[in-house]
Amino acid sequence: MFLINCPYCGERDQQEFKAGGEAHIERPKQPTELSDDEWAEYLFMRKNIKGVQFERWNHAHGCRKWFNMVRDTSNDEIKAIYKMGEKPPAQ
Amino acid sequence: MTKNLRVKSSEYIDETNRISFKFNGKTYHGFKGDTLASALLANDVHLVGRSFKYHRPRGIMTSGSEEPNAIVQVNPGTNRTEPNVRATEVEIYEGLEASSQNCWPSVEFDIGGINNFLSPFFPAGFYYKTFMWPASFWEKYEFFIRHSAGLGKSPTTTDPDIYDHRNVHCDVLVVGAGISGIMAAKNAAKNNFKTLLVEEKNELGGSTIYENNEFNKIDSKAPSEWLKKEIEELKTIKNLEIKTRTSVAAYHQYNYLLARENLTDHLEAKDKTNKIRQRLLKIRAKKVILATGALERPLIFNNNDRPGIMLSSAIKKYSEFYGVACGSKNVFFTNNDSAYESAISLYNKGINVEAIIDIREQSESKIVKKVKEAGIKIYWSHSIVDTTGYKRLNSISIMKLSNDGTSVTGSKISISCDCLGVAGGWTPAVHLYTQSGSKLKFDEEKKVFLPNQNTSEQISVGSCGGDFKIDEIIKNLNQKLKDTLNINETDLDSIKVEIDQENSKRNIWLLPSDKPIGKTKPFVDYQNDATAKDIKLALREGFRSIEHVKRYTTTGMGTDQGKLGNMHALGIIADTAGVKMGELGTTTFRPPYTPLTFGTIVGRNVGKFFDIFRRTPMNDWHVENKAEFENVGQWKRAWYYPINGETMHQAVQRESKAARESAGILDASTLGKIDIQGSDASEFLNRVYTNAWSKLAIGKCRYGLMLNEDGMVYDDGVTTRLGENHYIMTTTTGGAANVLGKLEDYLQTEWPELDVYLTSVTDHYATASLCGPNSKKILKKIIPDLDLSDENFPHMSFKETKIGNIQCRIMRISFTGEHSYEINVQASYGKDLWEKCIEAGKEFNITPYGTETMHLLRAEKGFIIVGQDTDGTMTPIDLQMDWIVSKKKYDFIGKRSLYRSDTMREDRKQLVGLLTDDPNIVLEEGAQIVSELNQSPVEMLGHVTSSYFSPNLKKSIALAVVRGGKDMMGKKLFVPMENKNINVTVANPVFYDEKNERLNA
Ligand SMILES: [Zn+2]
Repeated sequence: MFLINCPYCGERDQQEFKAGGEAHIERPKQPTELSDDEWAEYLFMRKNIKGVQFERWNHAHGCRKWFNMVRDTSNDEIKAIYKMGEKPPAQ
Repeated sequence: MTKNLRVKSSEYIDETNRISFKFNGKTYHGFKGDTLASALLANDVHLVGRSFKYHRPRGIMTSGSEEPNAIVQVNPGTNRTEPNVRATEVEIYEGLEASSQNCWPSVEFDIGGINNFLSPFFPAGFYYKTFMWPASFWEKYEFFIRHSAGLGKSPTTTDPDIYDHRNVHCDVLVVGAGISGIMAAKNAAKNNFKTLLVEEKNELGGSTIYENNEFNKIDSKAPSEWLKKEIEELKTIKNLEIKTRTSVAAYHQYNYLLARENLTDHLEAKDKTNKIRQRLLKIRAKKVILATGALERPLIFNNNDRPGIMLSSAIKKYSEFYGVACGSKNVFFTNNDSAYESAISLYNKGINVEAIIDIREQSESKIVKKVKEAGIKIYWSHSIVDTTGYKRLNSISIMKLSNDGTSVTGSKISISCDCLGVAGGWTPAVHLYTQSGSKLKFDEEKKVFLPNQNTSEQISVGSCGGDFKIDEIIKNLNQKLKDTLNINETDLDSIKVEIDQENSKRNIWLLPSDKPIGKTKPFVDYQNDATAKDIKLALREGFRSIEHVKRYTTTGMGTDQGKLGNMHALGIIADTAGVKMGELGTTTFRPPYTPLTFGTIVGRNVGKFFDIFRRTPMNDWHVENKAEFENVGQWKRAWYYPINGETMHQAVQRESKAARESAGILDASTLGKIDIQGSDASEFLNRVYTNAWSKLAIGKCRYGLMLNEDGMVYDDGVTTRLGENHYIMTTTTGGAANVLGKLEDYLQTEWPELDVYLTSVTDHYATASLCGPNSKKILKKIIPDLDLSDENFPHMSFKETKIGNIQCRIMRISFTGEHSYEINVQASYGKDLWEKCIEAGKEFNITPYGTETMHLLRAEKGFIIVGQDTDGTMTPIDLQMDWIVSKKKYDFIGKRSLYRSDTMREDRKQLVGLLTDDPNIVLEEGAQIVSELNQSPVEMLGHVTSSYFSPNLKKSIALAVVRGGKDMMGKKLFVPMENKNINVTVANPVFYDEKNERLNA
């Protein structure tokens, strides 16, 4: 059970949150211009790294806000948390 | 005949409080303060159980939670019975009953004991090798195995006790209240850290509290005296909470720990009622100090499992703490000095010690000298090669060890004894440490795994951190406390420790016998009957990974998780395979550290709190009118309303006819409702629905279909424009929370520039759906002032009005194909609204109908139910709903995916209607559809998604998804069932009123 520091509410138990997959995948602005392969790349391809991973999380049972998290999947260390729209911290 | 082996009064045993209890049906006596184990030993009862595989007689080995043998069923036959309880942890009380588990018909005469004599046929992997074939025999094997394997009996009646959960937050959690834990907690609390100290036993002090050895002194006092004073002081410190009888079961990441607090297990039955039995503490600690101590290791030698063979440290505890002699002729077998401390403890109490067998060549510490002075015979460089005594140890045979320790020489000496204390050194209790994700390192010199890499703010102090001598413990504890608490001085700075303990130890994982190993039984895992021989066999058969050897031999897989024997198993593997123990790694210690009851895990979430139900404001009316309910998500929805003993089918047929012929009413309050406001609300709807929304006039309603980004149908519902920048969206009952979550996701992450606000208002409104040709007349009676003409209030439009003085929103929309109205009022007026409709509808025979009739009526119209007729693989095109997909809009969620080569395939499964050739046969939902009967393997074209007998059409109707079904209109297909093939014809899914004439009827 992680202790997650929601940028809007502060530290809360993991069970209040929902994981939302890989972060920083922007929905294409002009989907119709894309080939099937390019669209499939956006739609299906997600990384599953052993190590430092950028993820989206949602404080589903709290403020309902989405935010980003940098997590080391090998030991579940949360390295950083930042709001949507903010730049990821330098690695 | 029972002997009394009570030796000398102990301050922890209240001899004025005599307690009677039963074990295996026989009455015994003990005293307040005894455990079941100490009380049995005081009555000279060693035989308490049978081993799992060979059914060998087994006795009490330990004095704590690591006990592998003395596993009992507590209070058998009662509603409080509990299996797999360690006798060493049960505090006795008046009326306690306990029985042995793994034996039939009795522990004294156990039929399974024959397995012991057949043991050459039960090698490692026996179960895997033997019960594999023939497969058809498995049921017989299973019966035999289950019958003779005794892991206790689970209770058959409801648990009468109350269980609880509590969240606890602290600055410092100290686990274990031995000398290290006590001093850690004291210094943390004194330095203003909010501290919690938990201890699994009922007394604080660990093993130091009965450490009266004259050779060790703290501040010139006996360690026990010194610690008692510290504990008195500890209890007065503010900022510190102490919980005894509390055992930490799990240590998760981020210093999140689960502990079980035992509150009533030690009380008499009459004192247990209406109290919380056990409480699960969910602890979040900023820092964790593990002071979990160390477990003494046994020695592995031939026939080392007989009742009467115990850990040396346990014998000492029984003597010093409980005032019980475990035998009248005691022998110790050791590889280090700790057995000498136990021997002196017995000697000081006047208990006979016959001899000490020591595998070392010599030791010169003061305690060894004291043993010599006491006249106790010491056999240096000797090892036990065999033991005798079936139900109780009666002798041992010893021989001289060779210099390299791999064989024995000389003549055999037999020593008569009834109790043998074994001392193989100490294993730090690092179980919780590794559960936290932290990593161990093997210390070649001490032959122990020690904490190495911490993953959270934690320290391991005392013997669980690898310090076994009091002076080392105090010194290292002091430094670790200063570092972790960031303080400059502690109470430990001025402590003076004098000790005389020698570290000398000779480590031999498997002691030799004069017999070849194949003819010996050196047990490594007592509970699972795994011997050193089994481990060696596994290695010969090619197993190398410690995890594989563990599973193949079942070493360490019992309820004790091999707390005693795991190190020996590793040592034997390392020696046999010729590798270093550090390279071998160790098996994983998984939670719980000791077993938890189900009650503790579920806490208060039982009975009506097991799962939360949501009920509509009209629920009481449905109950009063004998509705049957169905679960839809968390909602309890009225399913149908049987009258006069009607079956479900009869009730649904009646309700369905009534709704079309006159008037019906449905409680639609559970539909998800999302209030959408903001200057970009229309643009937002354009992006999330497949159809266009910009031109929807205020006061009008529109049906919308929502896709996933992969183009598959996700949800549907009617959305109404209430104002220029204000909409109310309805979703499916089950999809409400997910739809809101998805919309929020897009708003917050993809389109933060949109000015849109979403609010769930599902619970704020109650909704009655009034339908049928007389619905208009009924509504007119309720709201006489409202102009219900088609001109003023046409289909797919909305009115905000009042019923009396209650504000209400009415949508003229229809999910049945009939003229109908959805009336929404503030939830608290829901039942009132419902009753008004029923009252007004009486003259029209208004009929309440449930979800089943709703499903039937919409199926007659070919309307889909998302989640029933779709399954996450259906596009709107597959559903033949091309009309709802805007060609003009540049983009909406899922649009691009509708043009992927896969979604454009002609042979995708498509929604069609199915009619059975025999109109009376109703297809089974989920039934498979084929076009050929004589094909093998037969090609599956699709399946039935919805199927009913339509009372309005007087025939069976069905919806189905069929590969290429769009172009199969009129085609004959088959639905093969278990004992018949049903002939069906593909049809238009709109079975009833294809021209929608009834909407304005
Ligand atoms: Zn939050």
